[in-house]
Amino acid sequence: MEYTVLIVLLPMLTFFVLGLLGTRLKPCASGLVGTLSMGVTAALSYWTAWQYFTTAKIDGVYRKITAFDVEWLRFTDNLHIDLGVLLDPISVMMLIVISTVSLMVHIYSLGYMKGERGFERYYAFLSLFSCSMLGLVVATNIFQMYIFWELVGVSSYLLIGFYYTKPEAIAASKKAFIVTRFADLGFLIGILLLSFYTKTFDFGLLTSGDGSIFSQAAGTTFMGGSAIAWALALIFVGGAGKSAMFPLHIWLPDAMEGPTPVSALIHAATMVVAGVYLVARLFPVYYFQAPEVLHGIAYLAAFTSLFAAVIACVQTDIKRVLAFSTISQIGFMMVALGVSGYGGHAGTGYMAGMFHLFTHAMFKALLFLGAGAIIHAVHSNEMSRMGGLRKQMPVTHITFLIACLAIAGIPPFSGFFSKDEILAATFHFQPVLGGVMSFIAALTAFYMFRLYYNIFWATPAEHEHEPHEAPKTMTTPLIVLALITCVAGFIPFGKFVSSDGADYIIHLDPVIAVASVAIALVSIGIATLFYRKHSPVPDALERRFSGLHRAASHRFYIDEIYLFVTKKIIFNGISRPIAWFDRHVIDGAMDGLAFVTNKMSLAVRGLQSGRIQQYVLVFLCGVLVVTVLVLFFE
Amino acid sequence: MEIQMEYYLILGAVMFFAGVYGFITRRNLIAVLISIELILNAVDINFAVFNRYLFPAQLEGFFFTLFAIAIAAAETAVAIAIIINIYRNLHNIEVKNLDELKD
Amino acid sequence: MNFLSLFVLVPVLMTCAMFLCRNMRQIRAAMMTGASALLALSVALTFMFLGEREAGNAAEMLFTADAVWYAPLNIHYSVGVDGISVAMLLLSSIIVFTGVLASWKMSVLPREYFGWFSLLSIGVFGFFISTDLFTMFMFYEVALIPMYLLIGVWGTGRKEYSAMKLTLMLMGGSALLLVGILGIYFHSAPEGGQLSMNILDIARNRIPMSAQYLFFPLTFVGFGVLGAMFPFHTWSPDGHASAPTAVSMLHAGVLMKLGGYGCFRVAIYLMPEAANELSWIFLILTGTSVVYGALSAIKQTDLKYINAYSSVSHCGLVLFAILMLNRTAMTGGVLQMLSHGLMTALFFALIGMIYGRTHTRDIREMGGLMRVMPFLGVCYVIAGLASLGLPGLSGFVAEMTVFVGAFEHTDTFHRVFTIVATTSIVITAVYVLRMVGKLLYGTVQNKEHLALTDATLSERFSVVTLILAIAGLGMAPLWVSDMINSSLLPVVEQLMR
Repeated sequence: MEYTVLIVLLPMLTFFVLGLLGTRLKPCASGLVGTLSMGVTAALSYWTAWQYFTTAKIDGVYRKITAFDVEWLRFTDNLHIDLGVLLDPISVMMLIVISTVSLMVHIYSLGYMKGERGFERYYAFLSLFSCSMLGLVVATNIFQMYIFWELVGVSSYLLIGFYYTKPEAIAASKKAFIVTRFADLGFLIGILLLSFYTKTFDFGLLTSGDGSIFSQAAGTTFMGGSAIAWALALIFVGGAGKSAMFPLHIWLPDAMEGPTPVSALIHAATMVVAGVYLVARLFPVYYFQAPEVLHGIAYLAAFTSLFAAVIACVQTDIKRVLAFSTISQIGFMMVALGVSGYGGHAGTGYMAGMFHLFTHAMFKALLFLGAGAIIHAVHSNEMSRMGGLRKQMPVTHITFLIACLAIAGIPPFSGFFSKDEILAATFHFQPVLGGVMSFIAALTAFYMFRLYYNIFWATPAEHEHEPHEAPKTMTTPLIVLALITCVAGFIPFGKFVSSDGADYIIHLDPVIAVASVAIALVSIGIATLFYRKHSPVPDALERRFSGLHRAASHRFYIDEIYLFVTKKIIFNGISRPIAWFDRHVIDGAMDGLAFVTNKMSLAVRGLQSGRIQQYVLVFLCGVLVVTVLVLFFE
Repeated sequence: MEIQMEYYLILGAVMFFAGVYGFITRRNLIAVLISIELILNAVDINFAVFNRYLFPAQLEGFFFTLFAIAIAAAETAVAIAIIINIYRNLHNIEVKNLDELKD
Repeated sequence: MNFLSLFVLVPVLMTCAMFLCRNMRQIRAAMMTGASALLALSVALTFMFLGEREAGNAAEMLFTADAVWYAPLNIHYSVGVDGISVAMLLLSSIIVFTGVLASWKMSVLPREYFGWFSLLSIGVFGFFISTDLFTMFMFYEVALIPMYLLIGVWGTGRKEYSAMKLTLMLMGGSALLLVGILGIYFHSAPEGGQLSMNILDIARNRIPMSAQYLFFPLTFVGFGVLGAMFPFHTWSPDGHASAPTAVSMLHAGVLMKLGGYGCFRVAIYLMPEAANELSWIFLILTGTSVVYGALSAIKQTDLKYINAYSSVSHCGLVLFAILMLNRTAMTGGVLQMLSHGLMTALFFALIGMIYGRTHTRDIREMGGLMRVMPFLGVCYVIAGLASLGLPGLSGFVAEMTVFVGAFEHTDTFHRVFTIVATTSIVITAVYVLRMVGKLLYGTVQNKEHLALTDATLSERFSVVTLILAIAGLGMAPLWVSDMINSSLLPVVEQLMR
């Protein structure tokens, strides 16, 4: 299956073509080139998936296939970075997700970005992103993943900063890059530690279940944790950065400054789940070598999920609501992985996490694209500028509603199935955590319908232009994604992806299923009461809990803390003194040395008076002294 | 009374140190020049005396004296030329004013 | 005639040609011919070298030649190259080539300018091919002196001060170096016999421990000054800020590499025992300079100062890697020399081009230049991304090799300093993005900047050459890394002795 390397190379080629020749092409031509190439990539991915899932099963277990492999850089005999294509159930699943969403976004952008300055640049960046994201998921070794991880980061930087004349966009892109870069530092150190002890980067070896490669690290501990546990925790820091886990989540809401289709692709469906994918990829290592780290991940993710859900309830910028909702949902996936066991029915969490990743990618992309269509129509991100749009934008309305139902966990939409499995796994792991996650699910249903009613119902706002339905290029992707959302829940996902590669039969736990649907319905009901028509209750509640409300709408002041640390402590407290120290102390010492030398020479120069009589006198005295000495010591 | 060699040498030493003293203390360039002549002549006397008393059969000392006198004459000519030039430029021949090359 | 001597001969001819040229056209023609010849030579040399190695020639130095130069002190003109020198020669010729292109428009005393420029090249190329300590030292000095005039006459700002400072500090370094070299010479035959200046001969004999303890620090600091080792780096910001574009390129791109190369070839290779014992002192200094340079760069406002401090940080990593004394890290160190050379030359070229248009280097007075000069803007972003270690560009390859190598040490001291050094990848990102954001993005600050033009043909050519080299190294690093790695074997064996 060597052709699979084309899945990565094709978008890269497109990037170079558009990047180098883009300005020579007509804008629509470059858009079409980008979209067509993505179409081909998507077709290749589907074909790969078909071929893989039909042929790769041996003795009921999916094999890992290294379809392509080339050595790129060699450090030592054992440690070398290869670039290759690794096919296994999750990478193939990710190929489908990424190429589908990316294709939809490519098509959608033809309409959304029409007439924008830098259209060809936009498509070039999209191609770069697709290339790096696809390269990331098919990585055969952890260093290849890191390489594409960085590339994904930079394409995200470029796309968030697409409107580079807008100060907010520049700041947001910088923030996104630096925060994730900081997390990547952890990732890098983690990789270095892990590879030092295991002497390999290769995923195949790391996850083979052969514990002997970890034996060297067994005796090494640091502050109570084994070296491997530290390495895995640090690697998770990298994943937490990309997947916006608390406290590294701060870049994601700001990243919404980028064009909306970009938010849909990068900051909802693909890049932000890279962290989840990373943990899933190394799942056996986590599970067998450092289960305590895995449990830590679960609790952190649950907290993040709750935290983000609370904030999402009070935001008024629709993209921000969706951003926090994304953080919250990624928390669900991480929790699922964190509570999962390995093999058979214990691996429910793993399967559920991946399943949720899949369904979430589709409906969250749909939500963002829908939001894009709305923003396109009303030229604002604020809820207060919307309302009553259901008549003007029927297609957007219906698809958005489907996505909201999916994320709220209403059957038969896809979100119900995946979220239900997560709840089941969590309850199985620890009932308290399960309760918390159910509460978050309720919050999710609430804030999503708050969003929905505020946009499509409530009181219509005044508009300069009458809002109208988006063009075909934009509604088609919406419809496609909505269809996927409707049917994706019925995919027997466990047949394809499970923790140990063997078949996993999904059973719905009726108690949990009924309970969660009931909770969701109640939340939706509350949202309907509050927001469908104008109602005094939300305002009253806001006044009643004004402190909490203010804190939540300021996102619990986490950004301010960061700002304080970076601006006040690092910039003004460290960097500025160092710069001063360098100019004045170190350089001053050098200048001082020169100054002293200069002064010394001035002082010595007095001896060279130019007066011959003085010289003669000195000379004479010298002669006398020498004479006396010679006579005396003779 | 036989004139002893020491008398000459004392004369030479007195002349030499008078010359050195003059060289160091005089402010006037002409006086400095005269002091140099004194030093040279003191040496000349010593040459002649040593030759006469210690190596009466040889003449090197006298030749050397003659050489020194000739060179002293040439040197005086050059020195006076320089002094005249200095006088033209500075309108005096004080030693202490001659420090222009210092800086 | 030995093939390697051509690398000295060509710049000599270029210097002579400057006496004959009558006008700008002839000067450009002569310089261009010479620089292209050097580039072609170094590419040819690379292929020949790889061919020889492929054919199984395992000698430590290839293409050697030897001629007695001054018999009483046993000084020879002896040349030879291994993979590391080949890489350095390739780097130097690329930078000389692009440097000539970048000073295409030099209008003040062009003959003299290019004359000194060629003289500088003689020193640089001569240094990298020499295997005799004294000859090496001589070429080193030949490379230093023209720098004084090039900055003092053709520079900008406080040029006399900077030129004087740079020259004095580097001369101070070379004074230490001279003592070190003579010390090595007089201890080069501990069991009696002929004293030698030849590096390979000295390496075979073992310099007594007491002498190593004395001369290793001297030599290392001597070269370290040129490699911008903390706290002897302060000539770098002032010097670079005042130097004309091509001189900055050559200086940061190649001359600073002389320092790293010398530390490695002379200090560590010839005195391995002292290196093992004393490396910790210098590790502290270089580890500090990696972070220190990067943190200082954050607060600078002058483009050249930002880049100069970034050079301090990156060159600190070179010495840091070399001091790790293992094969992987040293490979990374040499890769970092290559990568930093190309990257910083690109930066200085671009800064020169931008300064030539806006007449300011203060980032607070600029902004939104991306829209005004898209070509330069995009190239600047690429340079910035290379600097912060984006995969696919050269910086990543070098840094990762260094870090993987540095992690081979298990003791806490090395671990701590390695982790400190790795934090530089975040700090670098901060200052690069800050600089790019202020300079290129946003709206145009100064209305006069709206009328500025984008790069000219010769500028484009120069910049694209550098970017191709950076991307080439970043995308297909294996052959360079292998070439360097295999040449490191003798050094590692020395260290293991």
